[in-house]
Amino acid sequence: MNVVKSPDVIRTSGLGSCVGVVIYDQVREVAGLAHVMLPDSKLAKSSELNIAKYADTAVEALVERVIKEGGRKNALKAKLAGGAQMFQFSTATSDIMRIGPRNVEAVKQQLRRLNIPIVAEDIGGSSGRTIEFNPRTCLLSIRTVNQGVQEI
Amino acid sequence: MPYFDKLNTDHMDILKEIGNIGAGNAATALSRLLNKKIEMNVPDVRIVSFDEMMELVGGAENVVVSVFLRIEGDVSGNMFFMLSLEQAERFIQQMTGYKEFGELGISALQELGNILAGSYLSALADFTNLKLYPSVPALSVDMIGAILQYGLIELSRVGDFAIVVDTALYEADQVQDSVNGHFFLLPDPDSFAPLFRSLGVEMR
Repeated sequence: MNVVKSPDVIRTSGLGSCVGVVIYDQVREVAGLAHVMLPDSKLAKSSELNIAKYADTAVEALVERVIKEGGRKNALKAKLAGGAQMFQFSTATSDIMRIGPRNVEAVKQQLRRLNIPIVAEDIGGSSGRTIEFNPRTCLLSIRTVNQGVQEI
Repeated sequence: MPYFDKLNTDHMDILKEIGNIGAGNAATALSRLLNKKIEMNVPDVRIVSFDEMMELVGGAENVVVSVFLRIEGDVSGNMFFMLSLEQAERFIQQMTGYKEFGELGISALQELGNILAGSYLSALADFTNLKLYPSVPALSVDMIGAILQYGLIELSRVGDFAIVVDTALYEADQVQDSVNGHFFLLPDPDSFAPLFRSLGVEMR
């Protein structure tokens, strides 16, 4: 989890079932990115909770950090990418195998709860993604192995 | 990372031996399949952060061919067999006569992964007397980071570190500095104790 101000950009590489959540304020040119691995902190089995990993804790913490860096609460918007299902199994799929869609759903639920609109998203599918967000243009550039680079 | 603290050098040696026996068997299977000399290195057992794990295989964005199996049974975990694109092409050509990643090539790679991972796991099951049930293997050609995330989900519930049993295979006539195939065994956190117990070593 990290927050940057223009002219810096923020990126994360090799997103699979994880979801990259960008929360930004277009006017203040500040943006934060969280890399969500699991939908719910209740899944954690360790005593020390890494809040950056779970949708229910990471989104809220990220919003707080963006606000601390100058973002205005009512101007915040979000863009999402990731949540792929990297391997297709013919046999019955367990909950763990469906982790991508579950991460996406959990992130969206948190954004709804915090009243942050989702402006654009590129989610699901079966490809890994590398994403980069520029707080000045507010464009999220997404690179996949098969489809090259696109911006949303 | 509570369960890592309980590991001593005996445990690490056992994991190394597991990598040795499993990959040794797989190397023999590969050698028979391709009628070629296959060499393997000494297994590397490491406790690494997720980021370091990506670095072991050339960074999160590096594109690889990977066969993934989920293991269930007395112990559970994930297994990956990874190949560079160049090596996958070579194997496809040797098995099918074609060089492309077409339907036939993908199918051949899936079968190759099936045979290799199957021989790795059956050697492990024989050695430990544990029941291991591998899933049907799934194949993906994509960024390493995206692929490995799948195998790290269970581990990430406990911490941000993984114990990786890594064994590399080489074709004997290829340059040594290019590692051609990697086996990664990632036992689930709860599986270490039964795994060691099966070999007569307790985890305290």
